[in-house]
Amino acid sequence: MPRPVAVVAFAQTEHSGEDRGMAEIEILAPVITEIKERTGQKQFGFTCSGSCDYLAGAPFAFVSALDAIGAWPPISESHVEMDAAWALYEAWVKLQHGDIDTALVYGFGKSSQGNLRAVLTQQLDPYHLAPLGIDAVSLAALQARAYMERSGAKEDDLRAVAARSREAGHGNPFALHLPAPEGDDYDVAPLRPYDVAPVTDGAAAIVLAAGDRARELCERPAWITGIDHRTEPHAPGVRDLSRSDSARVAGEKAGATGIEVAELHAQYTHEELILREALGLGEDTVVNPSGGPLSANPMMAAGLIRIGEAAARVHDGSASRVLGHASSGPCLQQNLVCVLSGENHG
Amino acid sequence: MANRCAIIGVGQTAYKTKRLDVSMAGLLREAARRALEDAQLTWKDIDAVVVGKAPDLFEGVMMPETFLAEALGAAGKPIMRVHTAGSVGGSTAIVAAGLIQGGVHDRVLTIAWEKQSESNATWALTVNSPFTTSLVVGAGGYFAPHIRAYMRRSGAPDHIGTLVAVKDRQNALKNPWAHLKIPGISREMVESTPMLWEPIRYLETCPSSDGACAMVLASEDAAKKAPAPPAWVHGTSMRSEPMQFAGRDTVSPQGGKDAAADVYRQAGISDPRRELDCAEVYVPFSWYEPMWLENLGFCGESEGWKLTEAGATALDGDIPWNPSGGVLSSNPIGASGMIRFAEAALQVRGQAGEHQVDGARRALGHAYGGGAQFFAMWIVGSDKP
Repeated sequence: MPRPVAVVAFAQTEHSGEDRGMAEIEILAPVITEIKERTGQKQFGFTCSGSCDYLAGAPFAFVSALDAIGAWPPISESHVEMDAAWALYEAWVKLQHGDIDTALVYGFGKSSQGNLRAVLTQQLDPYHLAPLGIDAVSLAALQARAYMERSGAKEDDLRAVAARSREAGHGNPFALHLPAPEGDDYDVAPLRPYDVAPVTDGAAAIVLAAGDRARELCERPAWITGIDHRTEPHAPGVRDLSRSDSARVAGEKAGATGIEVAELHAQYTHEELILREALGLGEDTVVNPSGGPLSANPMMAAGLIRIGEAAARVHDGSASRVLGHASSGPCLQQNLVCVLSGENHG
Repeated sequence: MANRCAIIGVGQTAYKTKRLDVSMAGLLREAARRALEDAQLTWKDIDAVVVGKAPDLFEGVMMPETFLAEALGAAGKPIMRVHTAGSVGGSTAIVAAGLIQGGVHDRVLTIAWEKQSESNATWALTVNSPFTTSLVVGAGGYFAPHIRAYMRRSGAPDHIGTLVAVKDRQNALKNPWAHLKIPGISREMVESTPMLWEPIRYLETCPSSDGACAMVLASEDAAKKAPAPPAWVHGTSMRSEPMQFAGRDTVSPQGGKDAAADVYRQAGISDPRRELDCAEVYVPFSWYEPMWLENLGFCGESEGWKLTEAGATALDGDIPWNPSGGVLSSNPIGASGMIRFAEAALQVRGQAGEHQVDGARRALGHAYGGGAQFFAMWIVGSDKP
């Protein structure tokens, strides 16, 4: 039986769709200050972050972040070169040991300083795929086509996802406030520009706490009742792109049933439809009330933000069983599912 | 209370300047298969994979765990990627051990690598963000002033670094995987090589290597079925401190002291020099042996160089350091820390071959990274903790 661990605080930047002239750590620093103030904690049993050097175009993005978080006296700390949702997973595992009670998790990324879809090409198999120059949106379009052919979904169904997400984003002070989808021009067919998550700069932080410590730090902690992540093969030709087996298995392992609110790290409209199916989310589950990645997608923080947004629905009492999801790699290659509950645990 | 974690399989590749015969996936698979063979397991016995390497710019592949998923048998399983600069090999092993200690999995494959021949690591380390100016070239350019400060502070004579360079290379001659094997290595040979970054000479630096190192970590139940004696984790620790901070002592960083104190506490060690049988310590420039002897509490301040000079750290000394030849002899950067951790495990399993320290029962694995600001350590033993 896992030790009860909860999300007790969540903070994020007002995300930006354009370069505001700030370095990555300047974007991050206020979020760290805010979450320390809100929890009254200056130190944590463990700290873990997610970032990516390729967004900055220089090695060691996480090193300067340590200067920003005030790692003195020296802290117990680690870093994943992945979305910070996986940093949260590492911190959750650390909390299972039982020798610490709190953990700070943060992620940050400034996608605006490069050409994101070209940068993401460098994530592909360097011997076979990357030399072809396939960009992220083109790969996503292949997946969208595969999904539409299998399911019978139409471009209007994709547009409906974009419309709902953008409208929801207007109610979220941290998201970009994008206009309703319009126009018939494709980005890469069948995807139109509004089917693709916007390039976004931003950062986020979460504090995890175990047992009684969680109850001290939060009136209504969002208890992690299940968390799991899975990968699939990288090569697009060896998996069924129209489905997400890894999301399905992670969802089953995390116990994703009876979900009232799900925050999905869907970076393209069709990904939301694939994920809804893989996770068995029906009509009665509210998906991405924050607007989701289609309203703000700060790389390396966007997955963590999904967990934070889901937890926030528990914190404010508007839901009691929620789900946060994160993905990594091309075409939803890797998926993480975190199920949270407001019911008292431990 | 954490569950026990055992190391039941270790696999290494030969470390070489260029492994043109394999792709990155092939290189990793070589190490992983050897670790699985050591544990007499197959890919399907593995519950999760934890990978580590240093910056992605080293090979020019962003988040390479995505393209390596198939080669590492990770399809359908959890895989995650750790990156804590030069300490990453050690941190990766600690994150993997955490999955066992936290009761999440029973058998975890952990693997770290670098294939430096597919890029130029010195330049990858020199590029800075557009917001700051880099005044150094490569890691040697960064660490040389700290070494000079140590020499001034401790009164160490100039030849200490040379002694370490010779000693580690002599040990490497006994290690079948080691990269630099220099028959007849001598002080004169080291001293005749060019000065790269005063006071660091060419043969006082680590090489650039291609290579990978893997381990299979197991829960207590899973370890019972292991064919060879396991190494048991007696303690793990990670510490980080800011790079730019006025109060920082870059010669003997507080993070290293704190991590050492933490890992000794967990292992019940009060006198590391006496209670440990050997240590694999991250020494990429020869002068870091005396510096870390002090930082890790093997002796008092300014005494480290005396231990080195007296031969205490030699293979036949009272506290052998880097019996494998260390980072000075093999340096696939992202793997270098995991090699230290794995070699410590081999020693307490009695499987270190020609460079075995007789009767080793407790050993330290150590890694550091960034601007000497990231530390990862573990202590392993032949007895259950």
